[in-house]
Amino acid sequence: MSRIDVNKTYKLFIGGAFPRSESGRVYEVKGANKKFIANPSLASRKDLRDAVVAAKSAHSGWANATAFNRGQILYRIAEIMEGRSEQFIDEICELEGVTSKAAKIQIEEAIDTWVWYSGWCDKLSSVTGSLNQVSGPFYNFTSPEALGVVAIFAENKPSLLGVVRTLAPVIAGGNAAVLIASENYPLSAITLSEVIATSDMPAGVVNILTGKSSELAPWVGAHMEIDGVDVAGLSKKQEEELRLVGADNLKRVFRFSSINHPDRITSFMEQKTVWHPIGI
Amino acid sequence: MSGFEYANAPESKAIANIDNSYGLFIGGKFVNPKKGKSFNTINPATEEILSKIGYADRLDVDLAVKSARTAFTKIWSKMPAKERGKYLYRIARIMQERAREFAVVETLDNGKPIRESRDTDIPLAAAHFFYHAGWADKLDYVGLGNKPKPVGVVGQIIPWNFPLLMLAWKIAPALAAGNTVVLKPAETTPLTALLFAQVCQQAGLPDGVVNIITGDGVTGAALVNHPDINKIAFTGSTEVGKAIARSISATKKSATLELGGKAANLVFDDAAIDEAVEGIVNGIFFNQGHVCCAGSRLLLQENIADEVLEKLKKRMSLIRVGDPMDKNTDLGAINSAEQLKRIQEISNTGDAEGANRWSPECKLPSKGFWYPPTIFTGVSQSHRIAREEIFGPVLSVLTFRTPAEGIEKANNTMYGLSAGIWSDKGSKVLWAAKQLKAGVIWSNTFNKFDPASPFGGYKESGWGREGGRHGLAGYLTSDVKASK
Amino acid sequence: MIVDGSEGSLKKFLADLAPVDQVGADSRAAMLATRSIKTTSKAWAIDMAISMVDLTTLEGADSPGKVKALCSKAVRPDPTDPTVPMVGAICVYNDMVKIARTELNTLGGKDIAVAAVATAFPSGRASLAVKKLDTQDALNAGANEIDMVIDRGAFLSGRVGEVFEEIKIIKQLCGDKAHLKVILETGELVTYDNVRKASYLAMLAGADFIKTSTGKVTPAATAPVVLVMLEAVRDYFILTGNKIGVKPAGGIRTTKDAIKQLVLVNETAGPEWLNPSLFRIGASALLNDLLMQRIKLRTGHYASANYVTMD
Repeated sequence: MSRIDVNKTYKLFIGGAFPRSESGRVYEVKGANKKFIANPSLASRKDLRDAVVAAKSAHSGWANATAFNRGQILYRIAEIMEGRSEQFIDEICELEGVTSKAAKIQIEEAIDTWVWYSGWCDKLSSVTGSLNQVSGPFYNFTSPEALGVVAIFAENKPSLLGVVRTLAPVIAGGNAAVLIASENYPLSAITLSEVIATSDMPAGVVNILTGKSSELAPWVGAHMEIDGVDVAGLSKKQEEELRLVGADNLKRVFRFSSINHPDRITSFMEQKTVWHPIGI
Repeated sequence: MSGFEYANAPESKAIANIDNSYGLFIGGKFVNPKKGKSFNTINPATEEILSKIGYADRLDVDLAVKSARTAFTKIWSKMPAKERGKYLYRIARIMQERAREFAVVETLDNGKPIRESRDTDIPLAAAHFFYHAGWADKLDYVGLGNKPKPVGVVGQIIPWNFPLLMLAWKIAPALAAGNTVVLKPAETTPLTALLFAQVCQQAGLPDGVVNIITGDGVTGAALVNHPDINKIAFTGSTEVGKAIARSISATKKSATLELGGKAANLVFDDAAIDEAVEGIVNGIFFNQGHVCCAGSRLLLQENIADEVLEKLKKRMSLIRVGDPMDKNTDLGAINSAEQLKRIQEISNTGDAEGANRWSPECKLPSKGFWYPPTIFTGVSQSHRIAREEIFGPVLSVLTFRTPAEGIEKANNTMYGLSAGIWSDKGSKVLWAAKQLKAGVIWSNTFNKFDPASPFGGYKESGWGREGGRHGLAGYLTSDVKASK
Repeated sequence: MIVDGSEGSLKKFLADLAPVDQVGADSRAAMLATRSIKTTSKAWAIDMAISMVDLTTLEGADSPGKVKALCSKAVRPDPTDPTVPMVGAICVYNDMVKIARTELNTLGGKDIAVAAVATAFPSGRASLAVKKLDTQDALNAGANEIDMVIDRGAFLSGRVGEVFEEIKIIKQLCGDKAHLKVILETGELVTYDNVRKASYLAMLAGADFIKTSTGKVTPAATAPVVLVMLEAVRDYFILTGNKIGVKPAGGIRTTKDAIKQLVLVNETAGPEWLNPSLFRIGASALLNDLLMQRIKLRTGHYASANYVTMD
């Protein structure tokens, strides 16, 4: 008889810890072959609340860390992912039903995405800020600053790359993130949380929930401590509903095309302009 | 004469050619509203009627949007960028030529002192056109990649506090980027926008590139909800800003919102006190405090609070309140009866909640809408006057003991438009500037504006920036951001 | 006592003064320069300015004839109009003091003060002994006011105790015979912070007036410098109860300039300082422009320089 595998329990990632849902709920995720894979947590609004609290308290430390330090930690994630490639490939194949070659291309692209955004961390002010030539004896400059807490609804597929290309730009700019994994394709996100947990990333900067977007989206939209939302994984209808309630605190809500771009980082940043007189 | 009393020094009204009535400016011509409705605009300092203004309803809005769309597709988006730029230069020059006329009309319609319209509003408005004119053929360098595209037809709604300046903030970047616009000035201050329409005619601007429709909130809502608008640019209250965000939530429209504020003005114990006092006065009494970024919460470090307050009161008693047309007036009329009522209502909660009110002795004219320069001391964070935007010449004074406490109090608001820092220590200034959650930080100065300087708020003070490269980007489409 | 006169106590006092932000001070002064002074207030301001003029000649070519002519102008600025007030003072070098005093007395200008520039004016580069003799000489000749210069070299190299001591000694010499005006020479102090510090140093040492400049260095009495000095006398009054006068000198040539100065006084130190005993304007050409503007106001026509006397 062959050896019985030790299966992984897929849990939430909140404030650096791996709790189950406070609701005790789970749901079934099946592979492309319709076979059972896992029972991840079905996150509740209270789990969301806890994740936002964790993100909120982690935000200022992360935003005030040096950009160099943030860049190093993002790069560290890429390094660790590289070592765990096999696991990601297996999960992608099983879940998405793609060939291992396709899965390999996906993880390579995901790793390279981390590396790309890692390099952006300490160039944002130079590239997107400005020294403004006002007419008067004033020194005047504009530089980007993180928004705060950003919620991300990850796309279904590609299940790993879709997570990375939304998450990396959000945290590269100094935000703390609450990522809601795709309901049907959550495995890569959860495994990524294990990578993040071992990457020197301060606890709470990245929080990952699994569950139903349809259930969590209205709570995200109405949560007044959430400053921005990437609605990649939401339907048009869900997006519109979220925008409607999100108007209560003027959430910055965006949907991006699939390309990597610094605008994805700065969309979740504010540009701050400082004036100071020049005199003796 | 006893002592040095300044005799009246009124600016002449003769230069202001205000017509008895104005139509809507659609497709390059002044036309009557479809339903022939109109409303009056008055001088808030005298309550005299200045002119009868056409009221645009849904049908007129539709015409204006159609005219803007035609101009966009047929002319403006096809025109070589450098030619577009030259139109903007022309507009800037004509505004400079007619600056005095604009200043007088602005003061008559708005109630702000002629010194401010003459020295701030009008020159800055012209400067905005001049600045953006130069951008028109340099859009490849904005930072959005090669040949960024305009958004299309932009609906713009502006407030009554800086009527012409806000028009310039809206129209100049929109046109430079290749968009066409339908702009609705505020109901109580339409005149300089209509004068600007004449400038567009004098500049030979192609018909329909700029359309100006006058009306009230209903007109504005019709513009926001028009299906053929690509973007809304709005400056006004946070309440209306949120309503706009809701109305466009299920559309492809994008928006720039410049909304309310409750700016903290922090004075540290090592500040240049005399200049700080000037900055406090400029922060809250400039333009009668009708400024979204007004320094309406004064945060004084406790060990200098008494000294600063004593100097502030002395300085406030020098503020000359009265006829806005007098060149020596510092504080003019409140823009409308409605706004006066609002100022009175919120200020009265200051008394009711136990804060101490102080105003210098000043004689207010009997006609028109007036409010004396006022400070409240003994204010705590929980008072309404410390939380809500009053949009009037009313300052709430709070104190702090340590820099960290000052920042905490400053940031304890849903707004995040602007903040002030007064300290002579460079490292402290930069530390505070970094900590403050606001889009514009004035250190050792206040209420400074420039076309090259991005302006806009954090949190519920709005979306996006206006001015500078960042403001211009809001009128261009991005490679990566999905057009909703 | 605010300071005990020791270098340490002076340095501490000066270090504790609030700094001046240059751009802020410039912009306040520029804003006050936009005040529009018309009709009755202009007439009032012109007469006030005339009465505040320290009519000055400080040239190597000064002669008894020149000084006498100036005295005549001081007493009757406009020979055709007796309603024009007399000027505040005549300001001359030491050797002209006696001539000026005598001439003024003869012409009925007993109330016009004679100010002498002493203490090795304008550079101040002489020994204390010489400066004392210089001052004593002026007092002996009948000077009512001594315009001394501070040792800018000592101030800039941080020897504030020396500056203080020197002013104190000259003040003692003046006693109750003469008012002491202390010239800071702000053009050499360069920064507004220095202007504020030097103002306090002079006031603490016993100055009756603080004066901007010798007139030999530019920039001289710029509006922001006068603003800073007016703030100093205002705050010194709150601190001590003593009112100290201010005298801008140098570069004030037109009625417009003079009226701007009066607006600065009115809105900074306050209306109480609008008085020749607390505010003077050191000038020579200014007086004729004031007279021409006065004629314009009275007649409604622009005046010609041919109708005012050249002295």
